Amino acid sequence: MIQMFEKYMIVENDAANIVENGKITGFKFGARLPYYRGIALSLVEDIVVKVDGEEVPKENIKFSAHGNTYTLKEMETAVDDRWNMGEVAHIIVERKDGLLKGEHKIYLLLNMRIAYLPFPSIRKSEKKVAIA
Amino acid sequence: MAEKKHSIKRGVSLYSYQEEFFLQKMSLEDCIAAVAKTGATGLEILGEQSIFGFPKLTDAFVDKWFGWMDKYGVTPVCHDFMLDYTMVKGKYYSDNEALQSIIRDLKFAKRLGFKIMRAIVNITPELMEKAAPYAEEYDIKIGIEVHSPWHINSAWMARHWEVMEKTGSKYLGFVPDMGAFTKRLARVQTDRMIREGADPKIVEFVCEQHEKGVMAEYIIAQVSQMSKRPVDIAVAELSRHNTYYNPVALLQHIPRIFHVHAKFYEMLDDGTEFSIPYEKIIRILIEGGYDGYLSSEYEGNRHIQDAFEVDSVEQVRRQQEMFKRLLGEQANVEKIKAVEA
Repeated sequence: MIQMFEKYMIVENDAANIVENGKITGFKFGARLPYYRGIALSLVEDIVVKVDGEEVPKENIKFSAHGNTYTLKEMETAVDDRWNMGEVAHIIVERKDGLLKGEHKIYLLLNMRIAYLPFPSIRKSEKKVAIA
Repeated sequence: MAEKKHSIKRGVSLYSYQEEFFLQKMSLEDCIAAVAKTGATGLEILGEQSIFGFPKLTDAFVDKWFGWMDKYGVTPVCHDFMLDYTMVKGKYYSDNEALQSIIRDLKFAKRLGFKIMRAIVNITPELMEKAAPYAEEYDIKIGIEVHSPWHINSAWMARHWEVMEKTGSKYLGFVPDMGAFTKRLARVQTDRMIREGADPKIVEFVCEQHEKGVMAEYIIAQVSQMSKRPVDIAVAELSRHNTYYNPVALLQHIPRIFHVHAKFYEMLDDGTEFSIPYEKIIRILIEGGYDGYLSSEYEGNRHIQDAFEVDSVEQVRRQQEMFKRLLGEQANVEKIKAVEA
């Protein structure tokens, strides 16, 4: 059991609905990799997001950092791009009408494939975020 | 302390400042400045931690890097490299792919002026053998990290030693992490587990047994009788992951020890470390004629960050002060002060 940086996985005050062409198509929130180094995106084995207790289908999740955006499927082969140490990335959730204004409970699980550890590196966090 | 002459130097791994760096409270330059402020002269980094966009390096960054080395009077000593054997889902690196990954790090380290690289512990002895000619070509020594639960006489390390002997390469050696000498389990870690719901009585039992040197498997077996709760079993397992091995074992390997990770969890107000007997360790390193760096590696942040403010800079400062004392540097400072007065 290694615990590390879980507290900082979900970034405070960094959640918002996404508006495209005047329509809300989803929402995003800031996230950091709970690890002491950055890793290639392909090493992110899994991302699980729950909103107010309800799990988001994988195909509706995207990852975005330093201007690059990936589906989870695309992340699997992204060996040359990295989630850097402490870098605030955004988890994008495609969802009709996004989230209602107010507080929501976000759950985030990140599973990393770390070859030298003889157990899976699964870290999770849950936080309330506010949508303005 | 330290009557015998020695050439041990002091360094700091920027790993130590991971809390502040992660939260962007300290920039890379701030970290380097903090190292210099302790009086340490050696700099260690994990490229994948400290360098945004690793392994890419721009000329502008490299210029800035060497500018910092001059400005702060520190020297690049060791780059810690990883080897992500499972880079692509469902696949495992071939030896050639793994070797290419090491060469990538050699190039990176060379450009930033590092002379030593730490190999992560899961790298195979066979791969180290293949890497040796490249280490020679780049003139960078590669040391396998001897990290708890392994110790320098573990079967895995004996196989690494065999390769060092077989190749006769002066470029292959060890980087022992002092966490293998955890005499007392880190209090910051057991306190955290109590906060996570571990039974304080079980924590007390495990700590006592560990300090007595009872084998971890016995401690785990006994705790399994006392509790079925995973958090309590995890406390017992700390004893397996944080070994205490007699540091005397380092003596026979001194010529192969390129660098030392001076791991620590908690520097106390009295200037000692809670878990790791540095007084004993440093005496042994001096005795053996070790002449590399003692590189501070603070790892307490992750155990206290849930409840307390982390002050890595102060923790490193305290450990460096302890090293000055144990290396006999303070006596010199006193003498200089006396002369100046």
